Amino acid sequence: MGWQFDGQRPIYAQLLEGLELRILSGMYPPGSRLASVRELAAEAAVNPNTMQRALAELERGGLVRTHRTNGRFVTDDEARIRQARESIAREKLERFLEEMRRLGVTREELRGYWKEKEGEQHA
Amino acid sequence: MPEEMAVMECRGVTKYYGRRCALEDVNLNLESGKIVGLLGPNGSGKTTLIKLLNGLLVPYAGELFICGEPVGQKTKSLVSYLPDADYLPNWMDLHQLVSLFAGFFRDFDENRAAAMFSNLGLDPRQQLKTLSKGNREKVQLVLAMSRRARLYLLDEPIGGVDPAARDYILRTIIQNYEPDATVVISTHLIADVESVLDDVIFLRQGHVVLHKPSDQVREEYGKSVDAVFREVFAC
Repeated sequence: MGWQFDGQRPIYAQLLEGLELRILSGMYPPGSRLASVRELAAEAAVNPNTMQRALAELERGGLVRTHRTNGRFVTDDEARIRQARESIAREKLERFLEEMRRLGVTREELRGYWKEKEGEQHA
Repeated sequence: MPEEMAVMECRGVTKYYGRRCALEDVNLNLESGKIVGLLGPNGSGKTTLIKLLNGLLVPYAGELFICGEPVGQKTKSLVSYLPDADYLPNWMDLHQLVSLFAGFFRDFDENRAAAMFSNLGLDPRQQLKTLSKGNREKVQLVLAMSRRARLYLLDEPIGGVDPAARDYILRTIIQNYEPDATVVISTHLIADVESVLDDVIFLRQGHVVLHKPSDQVREEYGKSVDAVFREVFAC
């Protein structure tokens, strides 16, 4: 998963989302040690101060914690990770449903599309 | 002396070339630990400002300070400068250049230079004149970033290299500046550098028209720094 930034929003906010995604998806597993700020910044080709800011924000949210001497770790509280994943999934679903409403797609139609899609994946 | 001393300070700096004004009443203050983009179209005064900070030019009016010291002999040891032109003796090989720099600058780290050369795929036995323009630029950058300076002044560090190498060069800069140092990158290739910048300075016809954190620019305008730049400097 590479880093891509869009032009409109602050880099810091996009980094925060990207890091969150990596933790929630398990790419950075629970309890694992994160690379140093400089390494992470170099990988994303962003400023280390910006990366630092995003990591500090993640820490405030409880997904990451700092060991004074050992560096930063992903939280090992898996319930916390599941909960964060669920709340993001619900939020995205809400947005998706709103878009479908605006498009005039009914619940019935949507259910039909959904079944079709599931059938494809099982075929 | 105040504790939070600026790494670089300009007070009322004005510079004329003959009757043409290159910089007028420039006031700037840069904190330590920042990567700052010095952005402006051709002829806006970027290189003039950088040369003044190096003591290669003398201002018509105003004062410049590096870590509280007036720019002069003493500040040369604090500043690492990457000029926008070829300036190295091109008959030397990279190994000889490293020895040359290590002799000039006490803060030059030979191991760091060797590591960067190998990361960038540059062979230390190659003569400078046998390298492509892009690779010569990389050599200059490696030499500039191998010093443990307080202020790095990089004049167009990515102008001549291909887009794939630009990311690599930016990574080299990110990984090698001292945490309490400040890096000034002058360029007009804004889209390529904006994700590494803490702050941006827009120069227009010798005046500072904007000096802000880059994420603040993106937030306020709802656009990339590059897009804002194109708007401010639309012809």
